[in-house]
Amino acid sequence: MEHYHMNLTLKVWRQKNNQSKGNFETYQVKNISSEMSFLEMFDVLNEQLIVEGKEPIAFDHDCREGICGMCSMYINGQAHGPWQQNTTCQLHMRAFKDGDTIVVEPWRSTAFPVVKDLVVNRSSFDRIIQAGGYISVNTGNAVDANAIPIDKKDADDAFMAAACIGCGACVATCKNGSAMLFVGAKVSQLALLPQGGPERESRVLNMVAQMDKEGFGNCTNTYACEAECPKGISVANIARLNSEYLKAGLSSEEA
Amino acid sequence: MTFKQIFTSSIGKKFLMAFTGIFLILFLIVHAGINSCIFLNDGGGTFNTVAHFMSHNWIMRFLEIGLFAGIILHIIQGLMLWSQNNKARPVKYAVNKVEANSKWYSRSMGLLGTLLLLFLIMHLSHFYVGTKVALYSGDVEHNLYEEMRTIFSIQWVVAAYLLGVVALFWHLYHGFQSAFQSLGFHHKKYSPLIKTMGIGYAVIICTLFALMPLAFYFNWI
Repeated sequence: MEHYHMNLTLKVWRQKNNQSKGNFETYQVKNISSEMSFLEMFDVLNEQLIVEGKEPIAFDHDCREGICGMCSMYINGQAHGPWQQNTTCQLHMRAFKDGDTIVVEPWRSTAFPVVKDLVVNRSSFDRIIQAGGYISVNTGNAVDANAIPIDKKDADDAFMAAACIGCGACVATCKNGSAMLFVGAKVSQLALLPQGGPERESRVLNMVAQMDKEGFGNCTNTYACEAECPKGISVANIARLNSEYLKAGLSSEEA
Repeated sequence: MTFKQIFTSSIGKKFLMAFTGIFLILFLIVHAGINSCIFLNDGGGTFNTVAHFMSHNWIMRFLEIGLFAGIILHIIQGLMLWSQNNKARPVKYAVNKVEANSKWYSRSMGLLGTLLLLFLIMHLSHFYVGTKVALYSGDVEHNLYEEMRTIFSIQWVVAAYLLGVVALFWHLYHGFQSAFQSLGFHHKKYSPLIKTMGIGYAVIICTLFALMPLAFYFNWI
């Protein structure tokens, strides 16, 4: 595709801190290269703001390679912008045309409170993981790889689930602000493998209990999460979460 | 994990939603089947006999309690889910391109369900109340078939029933396959089959229900 430059109007959510109200500010950026990533375009805007003596826009980013899950941003009504299976850092400006207006908002969720501008606090995900997203292993020397035989399909499904980078696009996209795709992936990747066996039941019960406590909504199977997930995590993981939870819950002997 | 903990959790609520949904799906087969007797062109003879059996047999009367319990549970769970989901996102997006990632009917189950509830209130006041009054006033010859003819001769009533059927169609279109997902069933081979079955079911049931008021209104029967 041919390289071109563009001038853009940006409407960006500015919010001083968690307590303040926040509002949209309009900015103009000029001469943006189509080869830039969306975050590089934000770097240009921030440098411009610093030169003007204004507060730069706070946004989350880390690897800028599409693998860390740090970047967020709701761009023109879509998590991580218009491209499928893509993170904001990997969204390139060739997705836009000269003269476009781009609206950028933070993830909107009770469980992801805004820290500042476009930065939200996603530690609710960490607390869900802490509640059960781990396995018990003996310390000492690392065991041989492939020491335990695992069915190819299970290994593949577990790996597909483990591709989740925990960015929160599923929650941001879901009309109910539900975290079921994230929790489904995190439960599945361990439930499918023998190593996840010992905590299989307590894991799903505890992680779902923590998910509910954090104030996420309920899944109504619109499957918007799967469509917007940068890693293409399948909603089959949500069904697996449902069945794991019901099996563990109903078979539990606690009355 | 106690029963209370399970069924008040997010997944437990969805389980109840799916379970009662499938129960109501099964009920609609019976309902549409029996009512289709009006198409037999015997002046409502067969239909009235079956309707009489349904309203007088004590097993059916007992099952009726279960049906109402199912409907009420489905509504209560729906309202609880709706209220919780609203709280999960108090600040809405200024721009939200929802059509890019989901279908309108999957996002509108609450709205469609509310329309269905309004329809149900009208529907029960038309037929259920009349049947019960007849039952307790000792009118053994209560002619439900002729009652349908009277009610479906009113234009706006027919229009309202058709609207109810349209709402039912989209509610079932999403709800049928969604129920299996909520119960934890997802399979590469069987899930597409369930989806097709759900669409077929919604088409057949809703066509039958739509034909009933139309048949009386246009004097096809």
